[in-house]
Amino acid sequence: MSLLNNLIIGVSLGSIYAIIALGYTMVYGIAKMLNFAHGDVIMVGAFVSFFAAGSFGLPPVVGLLLAMAVCTLLGITIERLAYKPLRQAPSLAVLITAIGVSYLLQNGAQILWGAATKTFTPILEGQLSLAGGQITVTYVAILAVVCCLVVMVCLTLFTGKTKLGKAMRACSEDKGAAQLMGINVDSTISMTFAIGSALAALAGVLMCSAYPVLSPTTGALSGIRAFTAAVFGGIGSIPGAFLGGILLGIIETFAKAYISTSLSDAVVFGVLIVVLLVKPAGLLGKYVPEKV
Amino acid sequence: MKMKRFVAMALSCVLAAGLLAGCGDKKEGNQGSADGAVTIKIGGIGPLTGDLAQYGTATNWGAKVAVEEINALNGPIKLDFRFEDDTGSVDTAVSAYNSLKDWAKNSPLVIYGCTTTDPCVAVSSETYADRYFQLTPSASSPDVTTGKNNVFQMCFTDPGQGVAAAEYVKNTGIAAKVGVIYNNGSAYSTGMAEAFIAKAKELGLEVVATQTYPSDDTTDYNVQVNACKDAGAELVFLPIYYTPASLIMTQAKQSGYDPIFFGGDGMDGMLAVEGFDAGSVEGLLLMTPYNVGDPSTRNTTFVDSYKKLSGGIEPNQFAADGYDCMYAIYEACCKLDGIADMDSAALCDALSALFTGGEFKVDGLTGSGMSWLTTGEVSKSPMVVKVQNGSYVDP
Repeated sequence: MSLLNNLIIGVSLGSIYAIIALGYTMVYGIAKMLNFAHGDVIMVGAFVSFFAAGSFGLPPVVGLLLAMAVCTLLGITIERLAYKPLRQAPSLAVLITAIGVSYLLQNGAQILWGAATKTFTPILEGQLSLAGGQITVTYVAILAVVCCLVVMVCLTLFTGKTKLGKAMRACSEDKGAAQLMGINVDSTISMTFAIGSALAALAGVLMCSAYPVLSPTTGALSGIRAFTAAVFGGIGSIPGAFLGGILLGIIETFAKAYISTSLSDAVVFGVLIVVLLVKPAGLLGKYVPEKV
Repeated sequence: MKMKRFVAMALSCVLAAGLLAGCGDKKEGNQGSADGAVTIKIGGIGPLTGDLAQYGTATNWGAKVAVEEINALNGPIKLDFRFEDDTGSVDTAVSAYNSLKDWAKNSPLVIYGCTTTDPCVAVSSETYADRYFQLTPSASSPDVTTGKNNVFQMCFTDPGQGVAAAEYVKNTGIAAKVGVIYNNGSAYSTGMAEAFIAKAKELGLEVVATQTYPSDDTTDYNVQVNACKDAGAELVFLPIYYTPASLIMTQAKQSGYDPIFFGGDGMDGMLAVEGFDAGSVEGLLLMTPYNVGDPSTRNTTFVDSYKKLSGGIEPNQFAADGYDCMYAIYEACCKLDGIADMDSAALCDALSALFTGGEFKVDGLTGSGMSWLTTGEVSKSPMVVKVQNGSYVDP
């Protein structure tokens, strides 16, 4: 029974990692850049939803939609101002810029909303009790898993079937060639950021519903964990992000329960190293050798 | 509003008169200058910006309220108060201390702070060498005072709280099997947890589960909660801050586990957090030196004045400890003979001797008859309160 319980805890935790990882992997897969500010966009999304519900009394769904709208705009703005001027620069420059944007958002949030931790009101409360109360699953965890699956399927269909999706894949393969084929690379990449940021808002609301605390650093920490999940599953691969997130959650929970609560992070990253040694591109990633 | 203000003023005047009477008796005739009171400079250090800003701000405002009251007494001692921001970092704290020394020049200076432990340890080494009297409102580690005869604490030490908690559980008999969940990356939490576990075992309580987590950024505590549940702990001791504690309690509720939760002073302040769901911590027992709802006149006056400074934020234990620090320094200075001729070092020796002499006792918001041990540790009894309907009540 405790094994099953721990499995449920692991999947619940993993579903949160997975939904954040989907945003990371989406942007990396298309724009080929690590958007370290993704975690902080999550935080902004959660704050928007927090104030929509707390200060204006809007229903949770409206708060979520508002958060997605604000984050979409924020994502596009960040891309235009910080990343677009660096399109021709080496990828390291973009990476450092992303870290800078991350700090800007964190500190901006501290100035705007203060450093104190706020308590988030979950969009969905309560839990499902099974086997006479011995096993419980929160509704938020179920919602997170469902959202992950829906987002995963939608993204896969979108990039596979639609014209814009194809344009995104073309940009990801070869920006120069895509441009020659008449694809507007800039607006395609902007679109990628818009989608990634909207996903970040969704992730922020779900994460803060599952673990109802919110502070300006909320996103940064979970962002790093989710980034690990994305690498674990194979960064750039949409199903990989989902798989990586869920597995990371389960491994972390089992390590805490059966090895040591203090060593759980060491175990998680140990497993990650082993996986990357065996499969350098991650579980579902495609290994593309670089031509030298 | 006007009326309220008037009442507050009137009450503080009554209070002031009372204190003045107590203080004046001792000093009369001993004072060199006839009408000119002796001015002591108080240099405060604590974080006013950064992650820990809420704590430093509270100790600053709490002390300011006391300083205003004290100066309005027209007593033999006046306090000249200045507070420097250390952003919670060790380096900045030392430079804040240096700028306070420059500010005081040749006037007698007493150091008030630091708010947090690490900067306080660094600054106390400096004040020990330079011979300034130092009283911290809230730096609770024994490291702050160890080996320094000039440094005193207004708050409990971490191990002291753990011991008091175990004694409380034993004396009230609320549980026989206890579990502990603590942050093993924090000196505060570890110090309290280890002392609690040792004392609980000594008192014959059964410690059935000891669970740790690595940092307060952790959000998932289901494993730790389930371990306590499976071990049958009737009480779970949480020597941690309120953010992780509220998550632990929420997750316990979700898994249908309902033990008594018992925390230390790190839990204090949670009811003032914006959007905090007090329902998630209903029934929590916690040790706190200060109850904001205390109906005594002294406290209500303090709360009113504090809210004027803070723009409506209620004072917490940090604020109350700060307030008590100012009164402790003031009342001690009132007792010293020949204070008009003392420099900082002489004042430091005289105050330290008085604090450790065993005779000196202060009544404050965080305890009555508070005295100090030779180690610098405060001696006052902790108060245990229960959270009920969003406020503290007697358990």
